[in-house]
Amino acid sequence: MAKNKRVFIKGNEAVAYGALAAGCRCFFGYPITPQNDIPEFMSKAIVDAGGEFVQAESEVAAANMLLGAGACGIRAMTSSSSPGVSLKQEAISYMAGSEIPAVIVNMNRGGPGLGDIGPSQGDYYQSTRGGGHGDYRTLVLAPGTVQEAYDLTVKAFDLAFKYRNPVLVLGDAILGQMKEPVTLTPTAKVPASEGKAWRLEGKGKRKPRIIKSLFLEDGALAAQNRHLEAKYASMAGEVACEQFQLKDADLVVVAYGSIGRIAKTAIRKLRAKGKKVGLFRPITLYPFPDAALAKLAKAGKKFLTIEHNLGQMVDDVRLAIRGLADSAFFGVYPGDMPAPEDFEEPIVKALRRKA
Amino acid sequence: MAAKKPKHLDVIIAGFGGQGVLLIGNLLAYAGMNAGLNVTYIPVYGAEMRGGTANCTVILSSEDIGSPIVHRPQSAIIMNRPSLDKFQPRLLDKGVQIVNSSLIEPRLADTKRVKSVLVPCNGIADKLGNSRMANMVALGAFVAATQIVPLAAVIKSLENVISASYKDLIPKNAQALEAGAAAAQ
Repeated sequence: MAKNKRVFIKGNEAVAYGALAAGCRCFFGYPITPQNDIPEFMSKAIVDAGGEFVQAESEVAAANMLLGAGACGIRAMTSSSSPGVSLKQEAISYMAGSEIPAVIVNMNRGGPGLGDIGPSQGDYYQSTRGGGHGDYRTLVLAPGTVQEAYDLTVKAFDLAFKYRNPVLVLGDAILGQMKEPVTLTPTAKVPASEGKAWRLEGKGKRKPRIIKSLFLEDGALAAQNRHLEAKYASMAGEVACEQFQLKDADLVVVAYGSIGRIAKTAIRKLRAKGKKVGLFRPITLYPFPDAALAKLAKAGKKFLTIEHNLGQMVDDVRLAIRGLADSAFFGVYPGDMPAPEDFEEPIVKALRRKA
Repeated sequence: MAAKKPKHLDVIIAGFGGQGVLLIGNLLAYAGMNAGLNVTYIPVYGAEMRGGTANCTVILSSEDIGSPIVHRPQSAIIMNRPSLDKFQPRLLDKGVQIVNSSLIEPRLADTKRVKSVLVPCNGIADKLGNSRMANMVALGAFVAATQIVPLAAVIKSLENVISASYKDLIPKNAQALEAGAAAAQ
């Protein structure tokens, strides 16, 4: 086999390349910084690949087009950034309720409101708690490198169809704009039978199918929620995380995405000064890697969660290690650009703290 | 892994919008990638465009790269006065900077705390027939001063950043890189 191609691309472009490699056939976009490279790239590339590109009239429309494509068993995607993703939440709730696979990309920017166009992790709660109305979850993948942005977007499509559920790829303005080398994989051959058991395709002679999120019959909604609960529980096996220099570490720094890799540099610098610190970087935010964190807590380690927000993932860290340990928190305000130097002092302080 | 000394260099490249600082950032990153190093490139974007200052950060490393953002860089390429004011104080002690002495008064370059290599980038580019290649002169000087990648790797990577319709400009840009390298010796 020929050597896989290596390219030097932005995180935004990597997401688009990943979608194409996963066999994405429809892209529904609407512009917003800092993710505009995705629809810009897709407007040509997906058409060249034989797919469809629509610049919708709004984010709401784009998300509902996604719902429609997914209901037909089509691999489809939309991308946006924080304010735009808020607008998509109604459709995401409907997709979760009616079990429609879809991939949604959020290149998180500063908020609340219109905020700014810089990086932020302010959408952690929205991403991991469903995001729209009702009781549901989406799988959430949080790439920290441009290669991961590519790989996890490919994976997002497989997971969406495996679980018939929306999957969120959560990056930020740093990941979207930075360039790194990426090794591309061959384009997946999506089996024509994907979704055959449930997709809408014209009923022919079989019984009609209804894909819906409205359940008014006695007991029907409770049954659907019980079914969804079991489905979410079955996703636990998908957890992924990076563990860096944790074996002999006294302190575990928990950070995801871009902040995870910025923290890694701070950790390397502190290691060079003899500080026993390591990094735990969740790659899936839902399901959250609780078991791996609990194991570290049982080993007697201390914890510090670092985020680019006022403290959101730290809740999940504390839940994961409850009864065993606690986690300190250091937050960078959305609007500020974090650098490794900013993390060194909080890490040293947390290391000194009594467990 | 072999006990080879790890290679690591980060650089902030800064100048006016339009001086081509993002282009040489990309070029350096490609050269690093083509030379087998890990690389990251991140531009400053958004409000700081057109006429204002533009800058990007490039990291080249034999190890996997953590933060793509560097507050205090090991090195810098400084193409204009506002960039000198902003980044010279941030340069690490004993860091290396290429200072474009065509647009920056040489006396402003710190020669005690850091190593400043003064190169009249616009002047050299003018002599080669196009002052727009001042950025290539600066990158040539940078590569010669830091030895982070071979100059040949940079020249070979020109085809990665210059689009096919401007291919005929590659030899001239290569000349500018070489002239910059010679000026830094």
